[in-house]
Amino acid sequence: MSARVGVITFPGTLDDVDAARAVRYAGGEAVSLWHRDTDLQGVDAVVVPGGFSYGDYLRAGAIAARSPVMGPVVEAADRGLPVLGICNGFQILCEAGLLPGALVRNSGLRFICREIRLRVENAGTAWTADFTDGAEITVPLKSGEGRFVADDEALARLEGEGQVVFRYAEPAPNGALHDIAGVSSADGRVVGLMPHPEHAIDALTGPSTDGLGLFSSVLARLTAAA
Amino acid sequence: MTAQAAPTSAEPADTVETAAATPGREQPYAALGLRDEEYARIREILGRRPTDAELAMYSVMWSEHCSYKSSKVHLRRFGETTTDEMRRHLLAGIGENAGVVDVGDGWAVTFKIESHNHPSYVEPHQGAATGVGGIVRDIMAMGARPVAVMDGLRVGPLDAPDTARVLPGVVSGVGFYGNCLGLPNLGGEVVFDPTYAGNPLVNALCVGVLRSEDLHLAFASGVGNKIVLFGARTGLDGIGGVSVLASETFTGSAGGGGHKKLPSVQVGDPFAEKVLIECCLELYRAGLVVGIQDLGGAGLSCATSELASAGDGGMAIDLDAVPLRAKDMTPAEILSSESQERMCAVVTPENVDAFMAVCERWDVTATVIGEVTDGEHLRITAGGETVVDVPPRTVAHDGPVYHRPLARPESQDALQADTTAGLARPATPAELAETVARLAASPQLASREWVTDQYDRYVRGNTTAATPTDAGVLRLDDAADRGIALSVDCNARFCLLDPREGARLALAEAVRNVAATGARPVAVSDCLNFGSPEDPGVMWQFAEAVEGLAQGCAELGVPVTGGNVSFYNQTGTTAILPTPVVGVLGLVEDVRRAVPSGFGPDGDAVWLLGETRDELDGSAWAGVVHDHLGGRPPACDLAAEARLVEVMARGAAAGLLSGAHDVSDGGLAQALVEAAVVSGRGATVTPPPGGLDAAAALFSESAGRMLVSVPAVAEADLARLCVELGQPAARLGRVGGDVLAIEGVDPLDVAELGTLSRATLPAVLDA
Repeated sequence: MSARVGVITFPGTLDDVDAARAVRYAGGEAVSLWHRDTDLQGVDAVVVPGGFSYGDYLRAGAIAARSPVMGPVVEAADRGLPVLGICNGFQILCEAGLLPGALVRNSGLRFICREIRLRVENAGTAWTADFTDGAEITVPLKSGEGRFVADDEALARLEGEGQVVFRYAEPAPNGALHDIAGVSSADGRVVGLMPHPEHAIDALTGPSTDGLGLFSSVLARLTAAA
Repeated sequence: MTAQAAPTSAEPADTVETAAATPGREQPYAALGLRDEEYARIREILGRRPTDAELAMYSVMWSEHCSYKSSKVHLRRFGETTTDEMRRHLLAGIGENAGVVDVGDGWAVTFKIESHNHPSYVEPHQGAATGVGGIVRDIMAMGARPVAVMDGLRVGPLDAPDTARVLPGVVSGVGFYGNCLGLPNLGGEVVFDPTYAGNPLVNALCVGVLRSEDLHLAFASGVGNKIVLFGARTGLDGIGGVSVLASETFTGSAGGGGHKKLPSVQVGDPFAEKVLIECCLELYRAGLVVGIQDLGGAGLSCATSELASAGDGGMAIDLDAVPLRAKDMTPAEILSSESQERMCAVVTPENVDAFMAVCERWDVTATVIGEVTDGEHLRITAGGETVVDVPPRTVAHDGPVYHRPLARPESQDALQADTTAGLARPATPAELAETVARLAASPQLASREWVTDQYDRYVRGNTTAATPTDAGVLRLDDAADRGIALSVDCNARFCLLDPREGARLALAEAVRNVAATGARPVAVSDCLNFGSPEDPGVMWQFAEAVEGLAQGCAELGVPVTGGNVSFYNQTGTTAILPTPVVGVLGLVEDVRRAVPSGFGPDGDAVWLLGETRDELDGSAWAGVVHDHLGGRPPACDLAAEARLVEVMARGAAAGLLSGAHDVSDGGLAQALVEAAVVSGRGATVTPPPGGLDAAAALFSESAGRMLVSVPAVAEADLARLCVELGQPAARLGRVGGDVLAIEGVDPLDVAELGTLSRATLPAVLDA
């Protein structure tokens, strides 16, 4: 039986179809979760996709982080459930306290959509195990509030503990501190990144198929464990 | 501070009863844009004076924007030239919210292009954003899921001071709304010209996909069926001219009625629209909708009168039920409000509960505001009194029709006589190279990345090609490889020189761009942007352009399925260039076999399909190098364009083509530059023979041409195909290296050309 990966839809979520497709391409079963759900239907992992949940009103990700479905997600993550937040999903996981740091407006103040190269800085997380440290991948970046920030102490800790998972392989176009594109929780089970691996799963529609690696990483180990 | 009477609704609304009793009351119809004879006609239809609310409805529905009163007599040409054969694949055509084309396998595609020009000048960001929002709702109203947007933008010169306000605002508005809706932007056009400085054009296109059986049309039928208003609340935004009525009704001057003076450009909320899209699609899937109409220009006035007149009866509406977001709105204001993100559905009584449950799931406000009645009356009440009682057809369809005078401008002969013949042409290898580079870096031809990098083109995962490709290509569904190709085009400089030929050239270019992917064109949507229809010269341009487009579509056998007209695009007495923007929808049998944009791999041959003539009048070269616009546009041979479509479609299906790029603005030279830059590869080529001087060979904008790359093993097959179809073709050279080496021209470094081209817009807009 293939592993079941929940894909959450909030009002305003946009990339849920893409995330579900990526799960399927990687051999998993995508399970739709609704923002009002209070039960995760026993899924083996969760993807919080991109978009503009609740219109990004108040602050990107702030309202979604407090929606009903996030209660059980936070609880399950504390017990080690693999969770991936992409773009707005990354913002939501930061707002929910599952990931350190915050995402603020791009330094150029404009929305940026383009292909970008990322370096995998830690291939030891639940979502990067199929990569090797230092591998470079090409995926789209598309966000207006993608500049990762944290205070000096937090940055030092993230760097020291291997929690910087992805780094822009060129100067961060959004002004992210330390060129950080993605980070993980201390246990490496929860990962968030601004660029979009789910848009890089088929050469027909994306810049590469590099993004599949995140989904195959988690699925391989879920299947192995089952 | 003086105490001032707060505006209240204590003032009784102007009812039908009052109107009948006070025939002599003066009404501000002129300030609402109605002429004496139009007002008289309304009184004749009603047999009394209209109420304030009725006057508001007629004035907005009989406006140029809603009634097409100046263009109607000309637009008929599209219907007259469309044959049954052309209609064969149409599930809905002109007159619906958008045309719908059957594309086979049970799939249908609907698309439309619409202008939002004037609001985008007043407030570029919101004006452009709500332009996208409006066209998306038109597509939703057909029962389709909107799947992509494109936009044609026209602004003043890049270095004009106001361009730095207008262009970034428009781009951020298009991006903000489309990105938040999760609709990939496939590209479009950005054109700079002094005539657009006080009149930018924002033409937004949306395409939607549906299963043929899900087609929904806007009509209210079935007596007793409920009218449900859902989506955003109705407020005072976008009321525009109707505030004239408000200032009459409310005491006090600027201060007293201050709360009414909201900007007449609406404010968009894409989040509300995204939720509305998903809500509508769920309603369609559940079969809960009889008829549906979006609320755009003219708000409820338009939706109720159009639904009722397209249905089989009358309609009763209670304005007290309309959820409002402002206090003390008069009936006229509620009916005229252009608050965004609203839809109006006709629902059978037994389905109302289920309808409401779906809306509740999406947190969408929905309210029954009335029902379908028998008889020919649209009756609207407020506070228990009847404020509107009109035959709906007279509002929606029986507006005035004008035969505006038209006359070919006297200056046209002089304009056409002022050709490029006397202009100095570059001749030496150094001069030619300098000209190629200068054109590539000119605002007119430089990279649009600064714009398109602000648009999401990946969302939903079905985009297989987007700007800077010739056409956007979209897979219909990830379970199938069927797809569509879209392009929007217009060279308005050609249209000024000859509006009829210019419109045909716009059609030809859009068709060619779609053909560059291997797609076959199946439908056209047009957005006709012109100056004042009261100027006979402008009216002549308009009539000529419509005739050219209508005849052109008939020649190609591709129907016009809808579009819109935008008049009064002028500053003082100076009109914009006549700008009939043409959107073409093409069908791609297999997106995996679509021809990539640019050059193919190193070693592949470079061919030029089509003939090059000495046609430099109106060209980018004449504009950029000599600031010249005069003469005659290139000849447009639509039979040749159709042949080119056939060569491309068959060539793509047979796998003979490894790359393609349309030859248009800037001629062969610019096509080579763009192909090289987009592919990151050089080429060694010799311009086609034909007795032309080097400048004509490189910069002429002869129509009907395509630059293609051909794998060595396929050259013989392509040659045979060209012979079979009678397609002129010439082999120019080979792809390869880092340099664009054109015989007779100093070599140009591809990376440098790319840097040069990408630097132009940021240099000004990021300064």
